[in-house]
Amino acid sequence: MTAYTDKIREIARRLLKDCKVETVIGFRKGTVPMMNEPCFITRADAADELVWDGNCGINLANYLTDRKEKIAVFAKGCDSRNIVNHIVENKIDRDQLYIVGVPCKGMIDKRRIRGMAPGEITEVAEDGDAVRVKGRDFEESYDRKDVLQSNCAVCVHRNPVVYDELVADEVTEQTDVDRFADIAEIEAMSPEEKRAYFEELLAPCIRCYACRNACPLCYCPTCFVDESQPQWVGKSQNPTDVWTFHFLRAYHCAGRCTDCGACERACPVGINMRLLTKKLNKDAFEKWGWEAGLTLEQRPPLDTYRPNDPEEFIK
Amino acid sequence: MKCIKIDKKQWAGGLETAASTYRLFGPVKSGEVYEFAALAPGREPDMAVQNTRTSPRSVVYPQAEVMFEYTTDENDPDAHVMKEPETDEKPRAAIGIRPCDAYSFVLVRRNFDSAEHQDVYWLRNYEETTFIGQACHNPCSTCFCTTAGCGPFHEAGLDVLLADAGDHYVARVLTDKGETFMKAAGWDAGIDCPDQEWEGWKTAAQEKIVSEVATDRLANIDTLALHDAGFWDDAAFSCINCGTCTYLCPTCWCFDIQDENKGRKGIRYRCWDSCMFPLFTLHGSGHNPRGDKTQRVRQRFMHKLKYYVDRYENGIQCVGCGRCVQHCPVNIDIRNVCNLMNSFGEAESCSVA
Repeated sequence: MTAYTDKIREIARRLLKDCKVETVIGFRKGTVPMMNEPCFITRADAADELVWDGNCGINLANYLTDRKEKIAVFAKGCDSRNIVNHIVENKIDRDQLYIVGVPCKGMIDKRRIRGMAPGEITEVAEDGDAVRVKGRDFEESYDRKDVLQSNCAVCVHRNPVVYDELVADEVTEQTDVDRFADIAEIEAMSPEEKRAYFEELLAPCIRCYACRNACPLCYCPTCFVDESQPQWVGKSQNPTDVWTFHFLRAYHCAGRCTDCGACERACPVGINMRLLTKKLNKDAFEKWGWEAGLTLEQRPPLDTYRPNDPEEFIK
Repeated sequence: MKCIKIDKKQWAGGLETAASTYRLFGPVKSGEVYEFAALAPGREPDMAVQNTRTSPRSVVYPQAEVMFEYTTDENDPDAHVMKEPETDEKPRAAIGIRPCDAYSFVLVRRNFDSAEHQDVYWLRNYEETTFIGQACHNPCSTCFCTTAGCGPFHEAGLDVLLADAGDHYVARVLTDKGETFMKAAGWDAGIDCPDQEWEGWKTAAQEKIVSEVATDRLANIDTLALHDAGFWDDAAFSCINCGTCTYLCPTCWCFDIQDENKGRKGIRYRCWDSCMFPLFTLHGSGHNPRGDKTQRVRQRFMHKLKYYVDRYENGIQCVGCGRCVQHCPVNIDIRNVCNLMNSFGEAESCSVA
């Protein structure tokens, strides 16, 4: 995917030179391995700052909220679905955006790679299907497919669903993946096992809210955890309060989450809170055949009513 | 200077002995990350880990700490009395704390223990803690301690500093508190301090630091001009306003105070807060003086790299541990921002001899 960089720069340069947009939102090269930084450019001569590789896992739809100008944004499959959400939820007009679709082969998982490497990593380079990792006294090479973010490994919407232009031909979508295998495992647990599982899952949480803030869905002016009159959630490390945050946040994403993985990627203590949102994605898929952000033409399941909606959960 | 040789075979046993007098904290793996946490009985600190994900700040300054309990039940003899929570805890010892993290307490103390204010909770915890440091023979690529006021063998804030000498540790005992701990652990093999060897280790470690910041101009830059500098929007654009940087940072000290009641009983506690959160500065009127994210990002860097520098005249409020550099979800790098701030207005001040 690193070959995309040249094309991305060319597109950004053209859009700004021709005054098609005022701002281009993309990524610039990070200062540490496996990190790029979201950035905006407003001048054609700054286009060479932009890069693209397997470290662009932050969802750029998150940077569109409440902006007023005409924007070009580079969008992977998941980013484009979150842009659809933004448009459907009236957060931004389609006309305000010039969407440059980026067919995606998956983002690499920095935590998995850090865990596999025998020491501190000082350099990571992608070379086709290989990810080459260097440290002070080692060099390793991993197969790209073994080090993908876990959401990317089971992604079936790698191509952008809405765009004005693509940076490259569409990629082949994955078909033989069991998207919800991890959720089925948890569903099979007893209530006691589930409780113990979630207790352990959420124990490291430091309540920095990186998961919430990295998420393009979380744009409420004031989040429920920040309300003080009344205060719904305590602010200590009391597990009930920590769980309340995570569970309620997940429910607020029901029928809206694209499993872009930004939340898990952002977490500084390695919590896979995607397990919560994925369960709701699974429910939305099984009950309504719904996958978030695939179409501008249909309202999401939780803001529509149909007489034949499933209701077996009402006792 | 007193030095003691600790054979690594006596390490675990010594800690076990010390644990009868002290509550031990150290680097331990929790889930997939290392945290600096209380050691369960018999659990050894993992001395090989470089910088723990969460800093040792919580040893002295827990993320949430009860200040007092109260009841308004008139039938209770303690009605309306604010009582400190009962504790029978032993003094604490931070085992294997890195020199930068230990130095962070020296920086933070200037806030919690000033001529005007003494924070009883922080001071009580700090004074009862013994800091058994571990020198960094192999610092990380993101460590910039040597240009942030300390270094891999820095001693300020420590009671003992250990250097790894293969099959044993050389312990430099720096304070009486440190000596008391060494006795409690039963480590008493006094040796002549190997000063020359020590200097060699120290120099070798310092030479491995590949990362740096420039701070020499910060104190002399006009505060308001820096506040209004043109680079803040660009520097802050990617920020998602999470609390990762402030909660992993060993030198961030801001807190909130909360009451939680059940019936007529309640507790008052304080918990970490973050200048990255809009709620941090929200006024009762609804006005927020730092309502935009750029304002909040600027505040964090101005506080650490300008206001602190001006107020305490003792360097920056950063020890160069690199946690925020490594773990900011969007790669905002304090090294870049510090250098931007330090070089602010530099072009205008050029003079050709």
